[in-house]
Amino acid sequence: MLSKRVIACLDVRDGKLAKSVKFVDTKDIGDPVEKAKQYYDDGLDELVFYDITASSERRGIMIDVVERVAAQIFIPFSVGGGVRSVEDATRLRLAGAEKINVNSAAVQDPELIARCSDAIGAQSTVLSMDVLRVGTSETIPSGYEIVINGGRTRTGRDALAWAKRGEALGAGELVINSIDADGTRDGYEIALTRMIARALRIPVIASGGAGKPEHLYDVLTEGCADAALVASMVHYGEYKIPELKQYLAGRGIHVRLST
Amino acid sequence: MITIVDYNGGNLRSVKRACDAVGIAAEFTQDPDAVAKADKLIFPGVGHARSAMATLLRTGLGDAVRHAYERGVPTLGICVGAQLLLDSSEEGETQGFGLLPGRTRLFRLEDPALKIPHIGWNELRIERPHPLLDTMKNGDEVYFVHSYYLDPTDASHVYATTDHGIRFCVALGKDNLFATQFHPEKSGRLGLGLLSRFASWDGTPC
Repeated sequence: MLSKRVIACLDVRDGKLAKSVKFVDTKDIGDPVEKAKQYYDDGLDELVFYDITASSERRGIMIDVVERVAAQIFIPFSVGGGVRSVEDATRLRLAGAEKINVNSAAVQDPELIARCSDAIGAQSTVLSMDVLRVGTSETIPSGYEIVINGGRTRTGRDALAWAKRGEALGAGELVINSIDADGTRDGYEIALTRMIARALRIPVIASGGAGKPEHLYDVLTEGCADAALVASMVHYGEYKIPELKQYLAGRGIHVRLST
Repeated sequence: MITIVDYNGGNLRSVKRACDAVGIAAEFTQDPDAVAKADKLIFPGVGHARSAMATLLRTGLGDAVRHAYERGVPTLGICVGAQLLLDSSEEGETQGFGLLPGRTRLFRLEDPALKIPHIGWNELRIERPHPLLDTMKNGDEVYFVHSYYLDPTDASHVYATTDHGIRFCVALGKDNLFATQFHPEKSGRLGLGLLSRFASWDGTPC
């Protein structure tokens, strides 16, 4: 039986680890490669690196981070943030990333998903979407809207419709980041995750809001997510990866306990 | 020295990095002569079966892999590199090398809760012992990412299976050939262990 995955997300800015609350107030909290190695040793299932570097001239630093991670960590890892073209995706793949997350650029140019999927395969093309709870309306029937540019710009796109479109265009996995829950540590956006996970055939990764082990349990059961993304709850050492997995296993969730 | 067949399948560097990490000398090559003369071959791959096969045929690398296998060179196929060892694949309706009888099929799962692609860590069931699976046991988890699965005709070629709606073959082999649907290079210590054993494998299945 396929295990539910615990994925750690590392926000990287100018090659250093950062953590944001509601996508603002970022600060450096260490070396991403060192952190990644620690999580790998702890039995983490997968890693996501999100490049939040603002200036395009510093983007090359991320390639160096990816190469250093790839030399030491033998579990899958994906990279996102600022991927605008097949060339960006291919460069990160060659540097060692297993999967590439597309986000804002795909909203502006949906065919980017199809082009990446053709070039690097559906299994390596992850659609990451930032979602804001706005209430149901005629244009946003699901009550959730896609936002871009780190949560600053609303798009008028319905989150459920966009998720389905992304699947149809060839995304192999979907990350749902809840802007409302991000950094709050009050729990994932269960209703949102459940609605999308049940409507799609591709695996869904829940993101934003994890603060306690119970939150992972909730989103992997009630939320129907295939994987739960964690960040600050593990980055500051409050919880360890094995502890989270033992907790989930103890409550009957099928997780990988070996390293 | 392990020769990694480079046909632009995509994850070649990951395999090389994993070999480096466990101290195995490995190099990749696009030269069919180097493949044909190799002592030991890794035939990796992610990507589309038909385009991979087309590249292998066009470059002569496919024939080189076949010659090496027939010469008794220990050969490890991974993912699409495993799928292409069978007669054919439903991915793009392509022929494979036919080194082992069988077909690669698309998952058609009735339960909508079972996701496709099959992505993540899943449990092995060891169907018969093999030197490359030594120390691995039932329930050990390895990393998968695929939408098509191996369906070999001859049950004696099946060394391990897993379950995702159906039970299917995830490690197959015959003589000096062994191949996995899972990615040893992305399966943590368990996967690195398999690569280490391959480095010292003499090419006999027992």
